[in-house]
Amino acid sequence: MSFQPVKFYQTGTFTVGNRLLPDNERSVQSTVRRTNSLNSGHRACQGCGEALGARYAIDAAMEVTNGQLIAANATGCLEVFSTPYPETSWQIPWVHSLFGNTAAVATGIAAALRVKGRSETRVVAQGGDGGTTDIGFGCLSGMFERNDDVLYICYDNGGYMNTGVQRSSATPPAARTATTAAVGPTPGNPFGQGKDLPAIAMAHNIPYVATATVSELRDLEAKVRRAMEFRGARYLHILVPCPLGWGHDSSLTIRMARLAHESGIFPVFEAENGEVTGVSKIRRQVPVEEYLKPQKRYAHLFAPRPREDVIRRIQEAADRNIRRYRLLEEA
Amino acid sequence: MRKPFAITLDPGSSLANHTGSWRTLRPEYLDRLPPCNNACPAGENIQAWLFHAESGDYEAAWRSLAQDNPMPAVMGRVCYHPCEGACNRAHLDSSVGINSVEHFLGDEALKRGWKFDPPAPPTGRKVLVVGAGPSGLSAAYHLARLGHAVEIHEAGPMAGGMMRFGIPKYRLPREVLDGEVQRILDLGVVLKVNAKVDDVMATMKAGGFDAVFLAVGAHIAKRAYIPANEAAKIMDAVQVLRGMEGESKPLLGRRVVVYGGGNTAIDVARTARRLGAEEAMIVYRRTREKMPAHDFEVQDALEEGVLIKWLSTIKEAGEGAITVEKMALDEKGVPQPTGEFEKLEADSVVLALGQDVDLSLLDRVPGMRIEGGVVEVGPNMMTSQPGIFAGGDMVPAERTVTVAIGHGKKAARHIDAWLRGEAHDPGPKHELATFDKLNTWYYSDASKTVRPMLDLQKRVTSFDEVVMALDETTALFEARRCLSCGNCFECDNCYGVCPDNAVVKLGPGNRFRFNYDYCKGCGVCAAECPCGAIRMVPEQI
Amino acid sequence: MLKQIEGSKAVAEAVALCRPEVICAYPISPQTHIVEGLGEMVKSGELAPCEFINVESEFAAMSVAIGASAAGARAYTATASQGLLFMAEAVFNAAGMGLPIVMTVANRAIGAPINIWNDHTDSMSQRDCGWIQLFAETNQEALDLHIQAFRLAEELSLPVMVCMDGFILTHAYERVDMPTQAQVDAFLPPFQPRQVLDPQEPVSMGAMVGPEAFTEVRYLAHVKQMQALDLIPGWAAEFRQAFGRDSGGLVHAYRTEDADTVVVALGSVLGTIKDTVDALRDKGHKFGVLGITCFRPWPTVAIREALAGAKRVIVLEKAFGVGLGGIVSSNVRTTSNAADSVFTVIAGLGGRPITRDSLARVFLEVEAGTAPALTFLDLNRAAVDRALARERESRRSGPIAEALLKDIGLVTAQLR
Ligand SMILES: Cc1cc2nc3c(=O)[nH]c(=O)nc-3n(C[C@H](O)[C@H](O)[C@H](O)COP(=O)(O)OP(=O)(O)OC[C@H]3O[C@@H](n4cnc5c(N)ncnc54)[C@H](O)[C@@H]3O)c2cc1C
Ligand SMILES: Cc1ncc(C[n+]2csc(CCOP(=O)(O)OP(=O)(O)O)c2C)c(N)n1
Ligand code: SF4
Ligand code: SF4
Ligand code: SF4
Ligand SMILES: [Mg+2]
Repeated sequence: MSFQPVKFYQTGTFTVGNRLLPDNERSVQSTVRRTNSLNSGHRACQGCGEALGARYAIDAAMEVTNGQLIAANATGCLEVFSTPYPETSWQIPWVHSLFGNTAAVATGIAAALRVKGRSETRVVAQGGDGGTTDIGFGCLSGMFERNDDVLYICYDNGGYMNTGVQRSSATPPAARTATTAAVGPTPGNPFGQGKDLPAIAMAHNIPYVATATVSELRDLEAKVRRAMEFRGARYLHILVPCPLGWGHDSSLTIRMARLAHESGIFPVFEAENGEVTGVSKIRRQVPVEEYLKPQKRYAHLFAPRPREDVIRRIQEAADRNIRRYRLLEEA
Repeated sequence: MRKPFAITLDPGSSLANHTGSWRTLRPEYLDRLPPCNNACPAGENIQAWLFHAESGDYEAAWRSLAQDNPMPAVMGRVCYHPCEGACNRAHLDSSVGINSVEHFLGDEALKRGWKFDPPAPPTGRKVLVVGAGPSGLSAAYHLARLGHAVEIHEAGPMAGGMMRFGIPKYRLPREVLDGEVQRILDLGVVLKVNAKVDDVMATMKAGGFDAVFLAVGAHIAKRAYIPANEAAKIMDAVQVLRGMEGESKPLLGRRVVVYGGGNTAIDVARTARRLGAEEAMIVYRRTREKMPAHDFEVQDALEEGVLIKWLSTIKEAGEGAITVEKMALDEKGVPQPTGEFEKLEADSVVLALGQDVDLSLLDRVPGMRIEGGVVEVGPNMMTSQPGIFAGGDMVPAERTVTVAIGHGKKAARHIDAWLRGEAHDPGPKHELATFDKLNTWYYSDASKTVRPMLDLQKRVTSFDEVVMALDETTALFEARRCLSCGNCFECDNCYGVCPDNAVVKLGPGNRFRFNYDYCKGCGVCAAECPCGAIRMVPEQI
Repeated sequence: MLKQIEGSKAVAEAVALCRPEVICAYPISPQTHIVEGLGEMVKSGELAPCEFINVESEFAAMSVAIGASAAGARAYTATASQGLLFMAEAVFNAAGMGLPIVMTVANRAIGAPINIWNDHTDSMSQRDCGWIQLFAETNQEALDLHIQAFRLAEELSLPVMVCMDGFILTHAYERVDMPTQAQVDAFLPPFQPRQVLDPQEPVSMGAMVGPEAFTEVRYLAHVKQMQALDLIPGWAAEFRQAFGRDSGGLVHAYRTEDADTVVVALGSVLGTIKDTVDALRDKGHKFGVLGITCFRPWPTVAIREALAGAKRVIVLEKAFGVGLGGIVSSNVRTTSNAADSVFTVIAGLGGRPITRDSLARVFLEVEAGTAPALTFLDLNRAAVDRALARERESRRSGPIAEALLKDIGLVTAQLR
C-alpha cells in the first residue's frame, strides 16, 4: 500500500527501519522512543506472533495518540501472558474484564471519556480470534453498530490457543486443532465453515476496517495511524502466527505471516465506510504448500499420504482471494 | 490511587521476570565476509564503502575504499571486477555495479581534490620500490601511510607502468591516472624516473634501504615463429601501445591484423581502428568461448567494427598479405590444424601473445628462486631473499592491475612487520556470507544501472573515454542496491521483530546489542535479519 | 417534593438526581420503564452530562458499565430476571474488580417456564457474587436506596444492587417524596474513583491471580463488603436527618420487642405481612416482623439482636433453592439462636398474590406447631398430585420403575 514512496533505499520500506529514511518516515518500531507498551518479561511462548503484533499495534497507537491511550483486553494468551500477578508487562492503562465482553468494556471506557470531555484519550480493545469472532462477537457487533469510538484489534492466530489449541470460527480449513483432530477421512477443520470477520465488520458500514500481518510492519503501523484518524468504530484484524498452535519453528513466526500473505491465503487490505480502498499486493507469489509445509497443524496433508486434493482446495481458496482482492499486480 | 491487592498492578513490573532463562539457543551478532570483498584481489572492503556511499557520504566512502586501494578512479575503469561476479545480488536480479560506483567515487575524489589521510609519524626506515606500475605505486602508498620513507625507482619516463604504456587512453584517460599518481606522491613518496635498477642489491646499498619491493611488471613481448619475408611489417603489442604515448603514433596501415586472443589483442585492434585503420582483424586460434579476453571487451570491439577470425593461425606473413590456416577443435577442445589455408590482406601484423618478465636486475642476488620466468614469493610476498619482496606481473598470479595493487598492499603490510621484526597477521577470515544466509524478501526490486557509453561514431574516430561515469543519482541508486551481505546495515529489523524487546538499539553507527535477560532465544531476529548478521548458537547449560 | 408517580419513574428520577455519567439500557420487563425514563431525560438534555447507551444485551450492559466505571465514570444500569442471568459473568467480574456500579434489579421470576412476574429468584441467584444487595420495601425506599447505593458503592468501591419487586413496586403509582438536587448533591459527593484507567498514571486492572494470592483476594473482598455493615446504620441516620424519613439501614424491626414469633421477609411483601401481623396482634397473637433491607452483606448482629427474644421465626421468601428449601431461611439459621424453630414459607413465586388470609393461616399453623418446616403458600395440592400421578403413569415402563416410583416419597425423604 502506498504509505511511503519506494526510494530504493535498499530495502524500501520492508524492513523495520532504514537508516537512510528521514526520521518522520521511519516506523515507530525502529525508534528508541517507542513505548514498548508490552514490555519485556511477559510469558508468551518463544516467537509468539501475538506478543509481537500487540506491541506493534499498541506502540503505533501510542505514537499517534501521544500516549493518550487506554486498552481493554479480552481473556486469552495476550492477557494471560502479560498480566499474571504480581507482574504486568503493560505500560499503558489497561483493563481485562472477561473473554467475551471486551468491545463492550471499551465502549464503556469511551463513553466515560466522552462524558468527562477527555476525547483526546483514545480507546483500543483487543482480543484473540476466539474472543473476537466467537464469544465476543455479540458485543463487537453492538460496538460496531453503535459506531462507538473504539479501535478493536483482533489478533488472529486461528484458534483458542490459550486453552490448548482448540478450533475457533477463525481456524482455517484442514488445520488440525485439539477439537478438529487429524483423523478420519477428512482430517482437521472442515471446509465451508468459519467467519470472514473483516467482511462482516465492513457490512456494519463502520468507518474503517483493515487486515494486516506481523510480517508487514510498515503497513500495520500505517493502518493503525489511519484508523486513529477516524472517530467511531474501527476494526483491525492482524494475523499473528502461533508457533505452539501452528507447530512451526519459533524462528519462523514472521515468515509464516509473510507466506500467508504472499500465497493469497490471508488477504491484506483496508476498507473505508464498507468499501475496499487499498490492498497490499503480493510481491513474490508462492504456492500454498510453501505456507502449509512448515506447520505441523497441516502435517497430515503431506504424510503418510500426500493430500493433493486438500491442498488444491486450499490453493483454490487462496486464488479466490487473489482474484477478489486483486492481490497480484495487474500487468 | 488505592490499588486493590493483586488485581491491579503497576505498569511494566514484568521486568522483574527474566525470561532469558528459557533460552536454549542464543543469538549473536557477527560480521560475515561478503562475497564481493572475498573476491576483490585488492582486498577492498566493498560492503563497507558502499555503506557510506548509500547514505550519500561519498567522501567517507572514498576514504574507506582508499584504505585498501589508492586508485579508485583507475580501478573504476580498468578493473575486471571479479567482485561483481561473486556478488549475491546476482541471484536476485543482477549484481551490484560495484565497479561503476567505484568509478564515480574515484572521479568525485579527483574533482573535489580529496587528499589521503596524513601518514603515520615517520618510522625512520627506508624502503625502495622498483617500478612505478600499479603494484609499485600501491606498495609505496601503503608504506608511506605507515610512516616509512619510500623511494620509487622507475625505468621509464613517467609513472604508471602498463596503466600508461599498455591500457589505451579511451579506457583510461591520462589525467585520471596522473591525478591518482600525484596524490600518492603527495604523501611524500619520492619518484625517480628514468632510473632503471640494474642491480637491486647495489641500489639498496647505495641508497641505504632497509627493504625493497620489486614490481617491474612483464614487458618483454613473447614472439611466435612466423615465416615472413622482409617486407612484412610485424610488430608487437607492447611496442604499439607504448608508441601511442610518444610523439609520433605507430604507422599500422589501412588493414591491420592482430594475432592473439587476450585483452591486449583487443586493445590493439581498437587502437588501430581509432588510428584510422579501415580494417582491424584479430586472428585467434580458438573460439570465442575460449578467448581469454573478457566478453564485454570483445563486445565493445565488435561494436567498433573490429573483425575477429576465430579458429585460425597465421602461417606466413608477406608484403600486404598473410596466410592463415583454419583450425578445428578436437574432442578435448584443443585446436588442430586442418590444412585449409586462406590469404588475407594485411598492411601490418601485430603480435599480442603475452609478455615475459625482465629479471636481469636480480642476476646478482644470490639464491633468488625463479620459476617459469617469474619470481617465487611466499604468502608474505617475500622472495627467497630476506628483505626483498615482489609482486604484480613479475610473480605468479593473474596479471591484472587489481592483483598488482593487492600485492602492493599485502607486501607493504608484511614489509612493515618485517621491518619491526614481526610477522603481519591479518587474522582469520570471517565465514562467507553466502546467499542462503540472507533473507532477501526485505530488499526492494531494483535493476542495475549501466554506465553511459560514448556514441559509436566518436568511439572509432577519437580516443575519448568510451565508458562514462554514473552521475550522482544513479551512483547512489546503484550503491543502495547493495544487500550488505553479512554485515549489519542498521535496518532495525532485529530491534523491531523481537517479541520480547530483547534487542537494544545503540544508535546510529553503533548497531545493536542483545539483552540476554529477556531474550528467549526464539530465533526470529536471526531469521529476519536481511543480511545474515545474526547467528543462533547453542546456549551453554 | 411530593409526587404521585410510577415506581419506575420515581427510581429513574432518583437515579438522575445522582448524576450518573454512563447509563446502559437493555429492555426487560419489569425494569424497562426505569431506563426508558432515564433515556428520555438524557435525550432531552435534562440529565447531562450523561451517556445513554442502548446496548445489545445485558451482558454488554454490565460490561459497558464495567468499562465506564473503570475509566472513572459513575455508571448505572438496570435489569431483571433473564437479563440478570445473561449478565451473570460480568456481574461477578464487576464485584471482583471492585467497581462501584449501581444496578437496579426489578425482581422477577426466572424461566423456564418463562414468567414475567415478580419473585426474588433473580437476585437470589446472584447473592454470592460479591455485590451489596439492598431490598426496597416501598417505592419511597426504592428511590432513597438508590441515592444511598451510589454513596455506599463509591465509598467501598464495590457494586451495589438495589432490588425492588417487579410490577408490585415498579409499576405501582404511589405518592413519593422526591428529594431536590441540592439535597442529593449534599448527601452524595462527586465520584472519586479508587482506581482509574488514566494515561497519567497507568495501571493494569484485572490481572490473573493464581493460588498464591486468590484466597487473600477473596478474603479482602469479604472484609470490604462487611464494612458496609458499619457504614449503613450511620448513613441511614444521616439520611433521616437530611431527608426527614427512615430509609435504608440494615433491617427494619416491627413489633418485635415482645414477639414470640417473628416473620422475616424482604421487599414489598413486608407491607402485607405487617398488616397481617397487626390483625393477629389484635387477636392476642404475639407476632412481630423483621424486614431485611441489606441482604448482602448479611447483617448477622442486627438480625440476631432482632430475633433474640423470639421463640419461632418464620422466613417468608419469594425464592427457593430447589432441592434445599429456603435461601433466606438458610441464612437466618446461621444467625438465629433458635435454628430449629426457623420455618420457611415460600410465597409469591412467579407473581402469585400473597394474601393476608393465607399469611394469617400459615402464621397461626406455625404458632400452633402444626406447620411443616417448609411450606409452599397456597400450593394447589390437587394439581400437583394430579401431575405427579400422570407422570407416574406415563413413565411406567416395567415392574422395577414402578417399584421405584412407588417409593418416591421415601426416596425424597432420604435425600433430605
Ligand atoms: C594492453 C594491456 C591492457 C591491459 N588492460 C588491463 C585492464 O584493463 N585491467 C587490468 O586489470 N589489467 C590490465 N592489464 C594488465 C595490467 O596492466 C598489469 O597486470 C599491471 O599493470 C601489472 O602491474 P605491475 O605493477 O606489476 O607492472 P607494470 O604495470 O608493468 O609496471 C612495471 C613498471 O616497472 C618499470 N620497470 C621495469 N623494469 C624496471 C627496472 N629494472 N627498474 C626500474 N623500473 C623498472 C616499468 O617501466 C613499469 O613502469 C593490461 C595489460 C596490457 C598490456
Ligand atoms: C466465558 C469463557 N469461556 C471460556 C473461557 C476459556 N478461555 C480462556 S482463553 C480462551 C481461548 C482464547 O482464544 P483466543 O481468543 O483466540 O485467544 P488466544 O489465546 O488464541 O490468543 C478460552 C477458551 C473463558 N475464560 N471464559
Ligand atoms: S500459545 Fe501461541 S498465542 Fe499463546 S503465547 Fe504461545 S505462541 Fe503466543
Ligand atoms: S550485495 Fe553488496 S555486500 Fe553483497 S556481494 Fe554484492 S556488493 Fe557485496
Ligand atoms: S527475537 Fe528476541 S527473543 Fe528471539 S532470539 Fe532474537 S533477541 Fe532473542
Ligand atoms: Mg486465538
